[in-house]
Amino acid sequence: MSKVTLGKALNLGLRKALEDDPKVLIMGEDVGRLGGVFRVTDGLQKDFGEDRVIDTPLAESGIIGTAVGLAMRGYRPICEIQFDGFVFPGFDQIVNQVAKLRYRSQGRVPMPIVIRIPFGGGIGAVEHHSESPETYFAHTAGLKVVACSNPTDAYWMIQQAVSSDDPIVFFEPKRRYHEKADLDEEANPYPLHAARVLRSGGDVTVLTWGPSVKTCMDAADAAREDGHEVELIDLRSLSPMDLDPVYASVERTGRLVVVHESPRTASLSAEVSALVTERCFYHLEAPVQRVTGFDVPYPPARVEDGFLPDLDRVLAAVDHTFEF
Amino acid sequence: MTVDSMASTRPRGDCVQLLTPEGERVTHPGYEDVDFSPEQVRGFYRDFVLVRRIDTEGTALQRQGELGIWASLLGQEAAQVGSGRALEPGDFVFPTYREHGVAWCRGIDPVNLLGLFRGVDHGAWDPAEMNFGLYTIVIGAQSLHATGYAMGMQRDGAEDAVLAYFGDGASAQGDVNEAFIWAGVFNAPIVFFCQNNQWAISVPLARQTRAPLYQRAQGFGFPGVQVDGNDVFAVHEVTKRALRGAREGNGPTLIEAVTYRMGPHTTTDDPTRYRIASEVEEWRLKDPIERVRVYLARNGLADQAFFDSVDEEANDLAASIRKRCIELPDPGPMRMFQQVYAEPSPTLERERAEYEEYLAGFEGSHA
Ligand SMILES: Cc1ncc(C[n+]2csc(CCOP(=O)(O)OP(=O)(O)O)c2C)c(N)n1
Ligand SMILES: [Mg+2]
Repeated sequence: MSKVTLGKALNLGLRKALEDDPKVLIMGEDVGRLGGVFRVTDGLQKDFGEDRVIDTPLAESGIIGTAVGLAMRGYRPICEIQFDGFVFPGFDQIVNQVAKLRYRSQGRVPMPIVIRIPFGGGIGAVEHHSESPETYFAHTAGLKVVACSNPTDAYWMIQQAVSSDDPIVFFEPKRRYHEKADLDEEANPYPLHAARVLRSGGDVTVLTWGPSVKTCMDAADAAREDGHEVELIDLRSLSPMDLDPVYASVERTGRLVVVHESPRTASLSAEVSALVTERCFYHLEAPVQRVTGFDVPYPPARVEDGFLPDLDRVLAAVDHTFEF
Repeated sequence: MTVDSMASTRPRGDCVQLLTPEGERVTHPGYEDVDFSPEQVRGFYRDFVLVRRIDTEGTALQRQGELGIWASLLGQEAAQVGSGRALEPGDFVFPTYREHGVAWCRGIDPVNLLGLFRGVDHGAWDPAEMNFGLYTIVIGAQSLHATGYAMGMQRDGAEDAVLAYFGDGASAQGDVNEAFIWAGVFNAPIVFFCQNNQWAISVPLARQTRAPLYQRAQGFGFPGVQVDGNDVFAVHEVTKRALRGAREGNGPTLIEAVTYRMGPHTTTDDPTRYRIASEVEEWRLKDPIERVRVYLARNGLADQAFFDSVDEEANDLAASIRKRCIELPDPGPMRMFQQVYAEPSPTLERERAEYEEYLAGFEGSHA
């Protein structure tokens, strides 16, 4: 086992995917010689050539649209979108074409495309570089959506996504790219579309994904000092959602807090809250609490700390579940 | 798989140049009677020095942790000042995120530019008051807004024009090409000004276009002109003519200003990873400021006292904007709820009130 950053783990996973299948391609803005603005594809063009790691012209609709054609021709494109806010020029191709081609063709045209998107805030960036657009994609039938939160998951999940015959929008927590953890390349990978209990606890369940996992882990430590044992679950797969571990947990704790950076209205926490209420109504000791970004455009960097769910807001929500 | 590109990276025969890198006044067919008064040339020089100084200060402030990021215009001063000074008061500008020199020409307080990169706001100027749109970071989006705005001018019977900036990378975006189509078929009073600085972050021009950019205009049905983007005389004259043509009802023009991004893409970029030093050195010899300085000195149009006074003015400006940037007040968290909608949203109002109450709970407890 070795300690690697989340970014490096993705890099190793992508390298493996390129090695394992000659049909796998990487394409996007600055992914080649530069290795991506976050260096996630560092060294891959050098080792696999310009034909497999492709610097594209600057056009997201072009990146996704040509990936569709390449996929029809038997290739397995991995598209990199440079920042969350820049996926939208490619949105039409994703929701109208990538998501629907299998359905329209009665399964004759599979779309084994991975769309990697660094997402989330907390890096002090200018506009459009800090957003959390996962809900749009989870809302779109035909797409699968996942988010990694740590190096081991990053390494395995990217390979699993590439080998899937479904189109997968793959969210990477950009402000955690540099965080290190042990990477076990020999371990048996956890299934791609399964939620994972990261920490067991009997008092209150906290469900989150992506960059907020670390925030919630810290909050769980703090909650312990207040006498509350948190069961922390990383959702990992945002579509389809694997809520069985959440139901099981809530049946024991009776309390659920859902945490994400994207704005609240019509967000994934609304879906979770509805499903948990349907399934666990008689076990609930408190209404499901949500700690989310606010329903505002992502604010300027000097205000983002107020926008982002932080340890204090998570703790306040955890505490609140004991007030009913 | 890579194709040989016909895209030009340097001026060729049909590229308009009126002042050589050596500071020599030359002419170009159709531009024989162009003349610049000594006062005008000194004005360009002053703009150059001040704009470069604003830019240097932006980079320094970022290095010192006062800005989140800074996008330098180093090397593109002539493209920006030359075109910016060709504007009439009623014309309207749509910038990218690098048009600090054009902003200067429009009278935008440089502290507003610094504030945006500091993360205090998304743009503190009033576009309608300054005739200068907000900086646009989503590549190419502003080209369509610019076209629509020009169509509005046209409907109003205004004798004004729009100047829309974009980069060589942006030329690949669908929005930019749709803007060309709209502007062409509606004969909109707009000038598309492409600063071809050879790079879109790490991606060279050849990956964005196979044909020279200015030639693309022909296919859309309007003229395209290539100009030495480091020659303020040529940029100014070409832009002035294109804007005049737009105002007079002759429709759009595409200007490709051939220039070079001397610095990194932004302060977070490391260009040594993708381009060679000799290329940068080659372009340093074509510096837009130096050639005007030589021209002024050689022709006796400015003396040492003038150059000294401009430098002094730049020092004062730098000190002032630095001080005012650092003193910019933090907006405070409640600012994020303002101006999301024209009319109140009960949902948002509730969130705002809850958050205010939550923050009040910390008063006295946390520091
Ligand atoms: C739609 C979109 N995709 C990607 C980006 C990320 N990005 C920012 S600047 C840039 C390169 C722009 O190059 P160019 O148009 O030549 O302008 P320059 O930066 O050279 O002035 C890229 C890819 C973005 N801002 N918007
Ligand atoms: Mg460029």
